[in-house]
Amino acid sequence: MIKKEMIAMLLAGGQGSRLGVLTQNVAKPAVGFGGKYRIIDFPLSNCINSGVDTVGVLTQYQPLRLNTHIGIGIPWDLDRNIGGVSILPPYEKSTNAEWYTGTANAIYQNLRFMEYYNPEYVLVLGGDHIYKMDYEEMLAYHKRNNADITLATIPVPWEEASRFGVVITDDDMRITEFEEKPKNPRSNLASMGIYIFTWKVLKEALITLSEQEGCDFGKHIIPYCHNRGDRVFAYEFNGYWKDVGTLGSYWAANMELIDIVPIFDLYDEYWKIYTKSDMIRPQYIAGDAVINRAIIGEGTEVYGEVHNSVIGEGVTIEKGAVVRDSIIMKGSVIGAGTYVEKAIIAESVTVGAGCRIGVGEEKPNTWKPNIYHEGLVTVGEDSVIPDGVTIGKNTVIYGKTTAEEYPNGVLESGQSLVKAGDEE
Amino acid sequence: MKAIGIILAGGNSSRMQELTSRRAIAAMPVAGSYRAVDFALSNMTNSHIQKVAVLTQYSSRSLHEHLNSSKWWDFGRKQGGLYLFAPTITQENAFWYRGTADAIYQNKDFLQNSHEPYVVIASGDGIYKLDYNQVINAHIDTLADITVVTTELPEGVDNSRFGTVVTDEENRIVSFEEKPLQSSNRVVSTGIYVIRRRLLLELLEKSIKDNNYDFVSGVLTRYKNQKKICAYRMEGYWSNIATVEDYFRTNMDFLNRDIRDSFFKEYPDIYSKVDDLPPAKYNPTAVVKNSLIASGTIVNGVVENSVIFKKVYIGNNVTIKNSIILNDVQIRDGAYIENCIVESRGTIPEGARRVGEGEILIVDEKVDRY
Repeated sequence: MIKKEMIAMLLAGGQGSRLGVLTQNVAKPAVGFGGKYRIIDFPLSNCINSGVDTVGVLTQYQPLRLNTHIGIGIPWDLDRNIGGVSILPPYEKSTNAEWYTGTANAIYQNLRFMEYYNPEYVLVLGGDHIYKMDYEEMLAYHKRNNADITLATIPVPWEEASRFGVVITDDDMRITEFEEKPKNPRSNLASMGIYIFTWKVLKEALITLSEQEGCDFGKHIIPYCHNRGDRVFAYEFNGYWKDVGTLGSYWAANMELIDIVPIFDLYDEYWKIYTKSDMIRPQYIAGDAVINRAIIGEGTEVYGEVHNSVIGEGVTIEKGAVVRDSIIMKGSVIGAGTYVEKAIIAESVTVGAGCRIGVGEEKPNTWKPNIYHEGLVTVGEDSVIPDGVTIGKNTVIYGKTTAEEYPNGVLESGQSLVKAGDEE
Repeated sequence: MKAIGIILAGGNSSRMQELTSRRAIAAMPVAGSYRAVDFALSNMTNSHIQKVAVLTQYSSRSLHEHLNSSKWWDFGRKQGGLYLFAPTITQENAFWYRGTADAIYQNKDFLQNSHEPYVVIASGDGIYKLDYNQVINAHIDTLADITVVTTELPEGVDNSRFGTVVTDEENRIVSFEEKPLQSSNRVVSTGIYVIRRRLLLELLEKSIKDNNYDFVSGVLTRYKNQKKICAYRMEGYWSNIATVEDYFRTNMDFLNRDIRDSFFKEYPDIYSKVDDLPPAKYNPTAVVKNSLIASGTIVNGVVENSVIFKKVYIGNNVTIKNSIILNDVQIRDGAYIENCIVESRGTIPEGARRVGEGEILIVDEKVDRY
C-alpha cells in the first residue's frame, strides 16, 4: 500500500440550520453555490489541489445529496485504487450505536479508518466555507515548527473579532491562549476550524477524551492538548475565506462573484474548483434577453432579463421575466413576466407566470426573524409558486403551494408559507 | 450486450479548409460544449453498447486528448470500454489505413476477440441522436445482412456529396449512388451500419484481398445484389460535418429551439469530457442576443446570433455577429467580427476587423501563449 503522509477528515454532517429551508432536505455542504458548485467542492478541491488524495467525508444530516454528489470522487480525481474519497456515516458497533455527537466524537468513531492508512498527519476540515487554501503549505509550516497541532487562523477586523474564537500567540506563533467570542479581544486571529494534527497526538487525545460527551475539537481536544503542553501553533492564512452560514452571508458571498474583478476568482487556472456537473451543454441567451452583470451556469436558457444575479445550471428564465439581485439554483424555472428581486430560489423550483416576488415594505419575519432577514425571499427546493401571486420581503416559501394559500394572491412581507411533509 | 461499436474517426476533408489542419473532423468542436465524436460515443453508451473502438488516423492528437479518459461517456469499464486504434506498423502490415474497410480490417483482432453477434459502425463526424438498438432490432426483424441507416436531407442541404439510396417497397436497397452529380433523390446514407460480426469479417477479408479498401464500394455496392442490404430510416436531426458550410450551419442550427431541445432537453443526454470551467460571466457592458455561450467565457461586449465556445474572453466594445468563436479565444477590446469562424486559442488584436464577405471567413491568429 502506498503510504499517505497526510489524510483529510472532512466534517460534513451538520445541518446548517441558519440557512433555513435551504437545508431542509440537504446538508449544508451540499447546498449549491456560485452558479454551478456546492459548498463542499471548495474543501474537496483544496484537498486534491494540495496533493491530499485520501479524504474521509463524515456525513450525518440528510446525506443523500452529498452521497450522490461525491459518488466515487471522479470530479476531484479522488477515485483511487488506494485512498481517494470515502463517505463515513455513523454506524452501529457491537456494543453500542450512536450518532456523531460532536466534531471530535465523529472523528473518534472513525479511528479505524485513520488507522488503516496510518498517516503521519491528519487534516481536519469543515465543509461549510468558501476559500482556496494550500494545505500542503500549512503542513510544511506544521513540520517546520515541529508542531503537534497547527490551527489555521485568519486575521479578522478587530471590531468583528468578538464574534470568533481567537488565538493569542507568542512571537513564534505558538499559541499561548484561546479566547472564545471575547468581549475585549486581545487578538484578531480567528480560528478557521481547520487543523493539522500529528496523527499520534490526535489518536491519543481522541482515545483519552472518548468518554467526553459531545467531544468537540474547539472545546475539548485542543484545550486538552494545549493544557498538557503540546506544541500548538497558529498558521496565518491571508486569502479569501467566507463563512456562508447565514442566508445573508450566503447571499452576499454569491453576489461578490459577479463583481467585474471578483475578490474570489473562480477563473484561476492554477487552483481550479471541481464539481460534479451533469450539465455540459452551453447556455442560450435569446434575442430579446437582457443580461447585466451576472454569472450563469451551463444549460440555462434566458428569454427574459437578468440583473446582478447568480444563475445556476439548467435554469429557464422565461420571456418578460425580470430577475434582480437574486440567486436562482439549478433547474428552476421563472415564469413569463414574473418579477423577482433579492430572492434565494433553491433547486428545481417552479415559479409561475406574472408573479411579483420580493416587493413591498420590509417587515421582520414573524416566524424565524433571526433566519429570514435582510429583506430576502427564500424559496426551498422543489417548491412551486402559482401564477400571479405577490410575495413580500423577509418571506419564506417551501413546498408545492397553490393559489388558495395566498390570501388575495398575496404573501405579505414577513410571512412564511412552509408546507412540511407534502410528499405525494 | 448484443453489439460492439466501431466509430470511424480517421477522416479528413479538404473542404473543411484550415479547420482540419489541426485536428480530425471527429474532434471538431460543436454546439458550444461538445466535439463531433461525442454524439456517436454518447449514442453508443446510451444504446448500452459498452465496447467501442474509435479508429483514428488523420491529425489524431486532439482527438486522443479528448478521449484520454473514457469515463465521461461511461466507458471506464473493466469489461469492454473504449479502445483507441491508430494505425500501427506490425510484422504483417506497414500501411496507414488505406480506407474505411482497411481501417476496420487492420483491427480485425478486435472483432475476432469479441463475442457480441452484431457490430454497429458509425462515423465520428455525424451530429445526431439515435438509439442503435432500434436499428439492430429492425435489422433482426427484416432478416437483413447489412442495415444502412438513411435519412432524408432537409431543404437547402446539397445532396451531391452524399451517397443516395433507393429502396424497394420492402426497404431493401436497390441502388446506391455515391456523390450524385444530378439527382433529386434526397434519401442518403448516414454512414451508420449494422452487420453481423462474422459476416463483417468475411466481407472485409474478401474486399481487402481484392485491394478494395473502402467500405462503401468494397462491401456495400459490391454485395448489393448477393446480400440483403436494408435501409433504416432515421427520424430527427442529422447533420454530417464535411465542409466549412456544413460546420457553420450545424453549429447555427443549435440556435433553433426545437433542434436545441431535441439534443439538450430530451432523453438521453449527450456527454463530453468535463472541463471544470466556471460559469459564464456577464459584465455590465455585455449585450447578448440569440447566442449560445459555453462555460468559462467572460463577456464584456456585444454578441449576436453566434456560438461562443468555452473559455472565450470577449473584451470591451467588441462586436461579434453571426460567428463561431472556438475554445479559448481572446478577443481584445474594440474588435469587430462578423461571419467568421475564429479558430481555437486565437487572439484577435485590439480594434481588429474580421468580416467574412459573402462567405465564412476562417480566422486563425495565433499568438504563442504559455
